[in-house]
Amino acid sequence: MNARLHSLFPVVVTAAFLTVLAGMLSSQAPTQPALTLLSKDGRRALPMALVADQEFVALDELAPAFQLTVHEESLGAVTVSYKGKTIVLTPDQALASVAGRLVSLPAPPSRSGRRWLVPVEFISRAVSLIYDAPLDLRKASRLLVIGDLRVPRITARYDSFGSSGRLTIDATPRATATVTQEAEHLTLKFDADALDVANPPLPTPGSPGLILGLRVVDATTMAVDLGPRFAGFRATSQPVDTIMRLVIDLVVAQTDAAAAAPATPAPPPPPPSDLPPSFGQTVSAFRTIAIDAGHGGDDEGVRSAEGVKEKDLTLAIARRVRSVIEARLGLRVLLTRDDDRSVPVDERASLANNNQADLFVSLHANGSMRRNASGASIYVAAFDRDAAQASAGGGERVPTFGGGSREIELVPWNLAQTRHLDQSSAFAALLQQALQEHVPLSARPIERAPLRVLESANMPAILVELGYLTNPEQAKMLASDAFQNSVAQALLDAIVKFRDAVPGGGTH
Amino acid sequence: MVRQLAIAGTAAAILVLAGAVFFATRGLPASGRRAAAAPTGAAAPAASAPTGRKIKARLFYVAEDGTRLTSLERDVAYGESADEQAREIVAAQIAPVVEPLVSAIPPGTTLRAVFITKSGEAYVDLSREARVAHPGGTVDELLTVYTIVNALTVNLPAVTVVQLLVDGKEVDTLSGHVDLRRPLAMNLTWVQ
Repeated sequence: MNARLHSLFPVVVTAAFLTVLAGMLSSQAPTQPALTLLSKDGRRALPMALVADQEFVALDELAPAFQLTVHEESLGAVTVSYKGKTIVLTPDQALASVAGRLVSLPAPPSRSGRRWLVPVEFISRAVSLIYDAPLDLRKASRLLVIGDLRVPRITARYDSFGSSGRLTIDATPRATATVTQEAEHLTLKFDADALDVANPPLPTPGSPGLILGLRVVDATTMAVDLGPRFAGFRATSQPVDTIMRLVIDLVVAQTDAAAAAPATPAPPPPPPSDLPPSFGQTVSAFRTIAIDAGHGGDDEGVRSAEGVKEKDLTLAIARRVRSVIEARLGLRVLLTRDDDRSVPVDERASLANNNQADLFVSLHANGSMRRNASGASIYVAAFDRDAAQASAGGGERVPTFGGGSREIELVPWNLAQTRHLDQSSAFAALLQQALQEHVPLSARPIERAPLRVLESANMPAILVELGYLTNPEQAKMLASDAFQNSVAQALLDAIVKFRDAVPGGGTH
Repeated sequence: MVRQLAIAGTAAAILVLAGAVFFATRGLPASGRRAAAAPTGAAAPAASAPTGRKIKARLFYVAEDGTRLTSLERDVAYGESADEQAREIVAAQIAPVVEPLVSAIPPGTTLRAVFITKSGEAYVDLSREARVAHPGGTVDELLTVYTIVNALTVNLPAVTVVQLLVDGKEVDTLSGHVDLRRPLAMNLTWVQ
């Protein structure tokens, strides 16, 4: 079906292309914006009018495209009918009555000479309620998808890492792409009916020597134009929520001789053996880190003999960590609290889960009944056998419609951490390495314990006890600027290594 | 599922039986046996009951380095049933101690009740001091929790897991770290 659609109705959807097409197809001026209607019957443009930043379409042009009958009533109302169902529009009212149900519109319909103009949202909010096929209005790309077509929105960005670079291409909803290398470009063939490509396709400029640009080739194909310094690539894709994320790591030539003579690029050498062209692996998609400042509000945590409170210490360090990571890595850092307030334990993990954080780090200071206890410890969640089995057993057979059964994944939310334990331990090891250069560690720097805040975290998660407030010397150290800066630096180092070194680091 | 329950039930029954045998082999019926029915307060250490029959039980205290528990064998009053014995052990465990011993139980904590289910879950209900007087810190909380959990699971084969309650109610944690929503099994990682 898809193949048939694809072959019958090749469509190219780029906003740049659309603008030109709109100019050719519409009776309006060439610069007039247009809405592209994309259906299994092909594509056509519907001219739009801009009034006070609101996009309007003319009812008389909309009607034939959707088999609508428009009738002007004597009292000024306009009725729009489709297969016995009726929409009533009233001048000066930003409302439509759709088969008896009121829906709001961003602006009232307006008359322009003999024509009625309606806001473009009239299609998605009113017509879609009575129309036979799904109508998917994508305002940003001025696209209306009619029927069950797979038209993923394609967005791309480029990041450079030293001399190498990474191209990240998201397809929403998910569509996989195969990547093949031809002489001077990479071809990305998407499994879709058409593409909805952002304009420009690559908002962040590439590295001139490595990639020259990203462009649309045809309805479902894009190409990455390669620069003279390109030596090899590794393409991997992974689903992230409703997105299929394709990451193409570009490797620069070892000897930069090619850069000296860009006019005659040598044929690209084979990719280095440690970066074989591969597909379908999980990759790092590291974007967001949740930092949990332990305790807060009425819950002071441990208090030192001199009155240093754990809750103040954790907040101060969390803020330092945030500014260092944001400034140096450009990652998004969420704090579970940014002031002195009480946050329930469940909310701390929920915040990280709801924001799809790639890593959860809970900051604490320790206490012991004995004053001499000292050193930092990193905790990874531990589960009793029954709990671990409940989730690691993973699937449960459930009967399916039409007979048979299938396995579904059932992990109770409060045991979400069970599937990330390996990566949590991997991060703990990296953090231990980074910390030990700056901070005294306890005799057993990595521990496993059933810690409440880690158990429902649905990402690699650790809790770090930075030292003992019950130990007077340690309490003094914990409160010092030098120590807090060291902790921020160590976390930064560990996060960089985790992002770069752990396969699938931080993936969902 | 039903089959698993049946197996678990049978296993628990065997454990209870084993526990009973364990105690039965530990000595003769005592005259002047200590009345064990009433919860024993922390102020009345069971280990010092002069006239009662005793058993040896392994109790847990904070080790020298402050980050682990250490265990030592102490006399604990004999209890006729598993419930009573559990009560005696916990009462002895939470009783105040003098240097050089250090207890991981918050000061003022008393025992409200102990009971053991047929499936080997011990419910230990501590007074509110276990929470409100807790000094905080992950290590302190782990040591408090595993002092009680290990004292019961190590000494009573009938007990497989321990559910801590505070003031008669389930609690999330004592001081914000250790998950107490589920019963916990013996864990000797926290013992030197």
